[in-house]
Amino acid sequence: MNGVDPLLFKITVVLYLAGTILFLAYVVSQKETLSSFSIAATSFGFCAHLLALLFQTIHVGYLPLTNLTEAMSFFSWALVLTFLVVEYRYRIHILGTFILPLALVSIIPAAALPMAEKSLDPRLNSAWLLIHTPLALLGVVSFAMAFVMGVMYLIQERLLKSKRFNSLYYKLPSLDLLDDLNRKAVYLGFPLLTLGILTGALWGKYAWGSYWTWAPKQTLTLVTWVFYLVVLHGRLTIGWRAKKAAYLAIIGFLGVIFAFIGGTLLVKGLHTFV
Amino acid sequence: MHFVVVGLSHKTASIEVREKLAFSEQKLQEALLQLKTYPAIQEGLILSTCNRVEVCAVVKDVSDGLQQIKQFLAMYHKSYSPSASEEELTPHLYTYSADEAVRHIFRVASSLDSMVVGEPQILGQLKDAYDFAIAQKSTGVILNKVLKKAISVAKRIRSETRIAESAVSISFAAVELAKKIFGKLDGKIVLLVGAGKMAELAARHLINNGASKILITTRDYEKAAHLADQFQGRPVAFSDFPWEMVDADIVLCSTGANHYLIRYEDVSRVIEARKNRPIFMIDISVPRNIDPKVNQIDNVFLYDIDDLQLVVRSNLQVRQQEAVKAETIILEEVEGVLRWFRSLDAIPTIVALKNKAEEIRKAEIGKALSRMGDLSEKQREAIEGLSNSIVNKLLHAPMVVLKEETHSTDAGLFIDAIRRLFKLTKDPS
Repeated sequence: MNGVDPLLFKITVVLYLAGTILFLAYVVSQKETLSSFSIAATSFGFCAHLLALLFQTIHVGYLPLTNLTEAMSFFSWALVLTFLVVEYRYRIHILGTFILPLALVSIIPAAALPMAEKSLDPRLNSAWLLIHTPLALLGVVSFAMAFVMGVMYLIQERLLKSKRFNSLYYKLPSLDLLDDLNRKAVYLGFPLLTLGILTGALWGKYAWGSYWTWAPKQTLTLVTWVFYLVVLHGRLTIGWRAKKAAYLAIIGFLGVIFAFIGGTLLVKGLHTFV
Repeated sequence: MHFVVVGLSHKTASIEVREKLAFSEQKLQEALLQLKTYPAIQEGLILSTCNRVEVCAVVKDVSDGLQQIKQFLAMYHKSYSPSASEEELTPHLYTYSADEAVRHIFRVASSLDSMVVGEPQILGQLKDAYDFAIAQKSTGVILNKVLKKAISVAKRIRSETRIAESAVSISFAAVELAKKIFGKLDGKIVLLVGAGKMAELAARHLINNGASKILITTRDYEKAAHLADQFQGRPVAFSDFPWEMVDADIVLCSTGANHYLIRYEDVSRVIEARKNRPIFMIDISVPRNIDPKVNQIDNVFLYDIDDLQLVVRSNLQVRQQEAVKAETIILEEVEGVLRWFRSLDAIPTIVALKNKAEEIRKAEIGKALSRMGDLSEKQREAIEGLSNSIVNKLLHAPMVVLKEETHSTDAGLFIDAIRRLFKLTKDPS
């Protein structure tokens, strides 16, 4: 596999790493100002990442969402974008402490491997690539947000129950806000995933002649979709909120990761691309 | 002119000493007038609260000034307890001068020297003391400068550090915890069980912070109805109250009962009926009225009096850490005031005035001579002489007055006025 050195991705990794370290330091430090340095590093990383993605798109001539590495890179970028938006709106600095490691891990393959220069299967290089894949990945980003909110909820809940008023307690927001953002993230992620599945089915019809093939990835995704449907229903009708909702968001996202990565790596099916 | 502070506080004197020395509002006017009669004292201000007495003054000579302020305090002390003497008072007094004095008054204003660091009352008390001193015309240019700065430094510290942010009383700690659980308290319903004073206070704080409705129950329904009137709440029959918890987001319990009024099973059922909406339970009663096991139920947060005290203690720790930042700000601001003090010396002011006049004279002479073309040496000397004598005569009177006033009460006023009228240097702060 010959390719171009992913220099911009490497720069992004360095900046996300700096953001991660600064955000971790922010948790233990007394200095409120540290968070602005972390956010600055993250923002620069985001810009470098954007340039990297643009460069890659121009270089290969299609939207770079055709393999696991590229999909994870896009996921990382969209996750950081979402974080910056949430940070701007709600000022939950500590959110970065949880998001940045996730973004960092997701972009490392893109920085470590040379950019793919394979010619794309013409059946894949269609307008559907622009619609199906981003929708599905943005759904994953939403569920990742819900997951992080769930983790933060459980930590804050534990601290409040056990009466440990440490630095984390002061920096984590209220349980109500965490539960609310968890709810919003699932509310947003579910329609995105639904549209992702629908457009995927249509794409399948045009490219291969069948809407649904029960490929392992499709099946796993459908399972997570049903799971989130139940979660939504539970919240709206029987009070699956607060601690229970936090657990469900965590379980759901683990399922998503399994469908997303497991479906690609473990099972060699039709859907070995994303 | 020197700025000094003599005082005592909760750190140096017991309540017995402080209460004897405290200046009541009625006595303050007389005391301030008396203070001004001491020869070394040019400007004065008295701050008297239950935790401290501070005499801030501008004095001609530091040691005379401090001595006379001590005499003044001893004499005042004596009028209450004739047996008291200056020696008795001295061990409780601290004295500061120059930068130490400025720093001390800044620390007092910013509540760094308070019993509860960061408490907000002291700034208001200092403002009142200052306003009173202004009304009595006992302040001058230096006290005005230092006190105004002290007030602005205190405000700066409050906005730039978190020194006054977290709750340091039990009832505020309850509000703070409620906010960590519910975010905003708007629309939240509080159930008050029993009519303990502390619970009532906490309920009041919760309402002030947005809680919209209050349910009240006591064993004596009449009493509950009476309290409900005060809070514009709703009285609830004591036998029914466990079920009222289904609506209540915050339960405040403080009764004299010596057994658990709220049991594990009650709360389990309530949480189920609430569809897992969290509930915050505060048990201020001793012995406790809520079974501690209740805290094990999901979405229930039970706090007893010790837990609330723990919140207060950890918040106090946060304040201590913030106080370190505040000290840095204070050092920085003291430096600014010291620079201003130095500018108030008469000699540098006279030199600066002379230099400024000479600068203007030279510039103007230069312009005039260049316009006049060829002049003889004599003509040139005449013009130079003319300019010199105009400048010297104009400046003569102000300089003589400045020199004369150097040791008077109003020296600072004159020097400050001269510096401002002639725009000698910018005020360093």
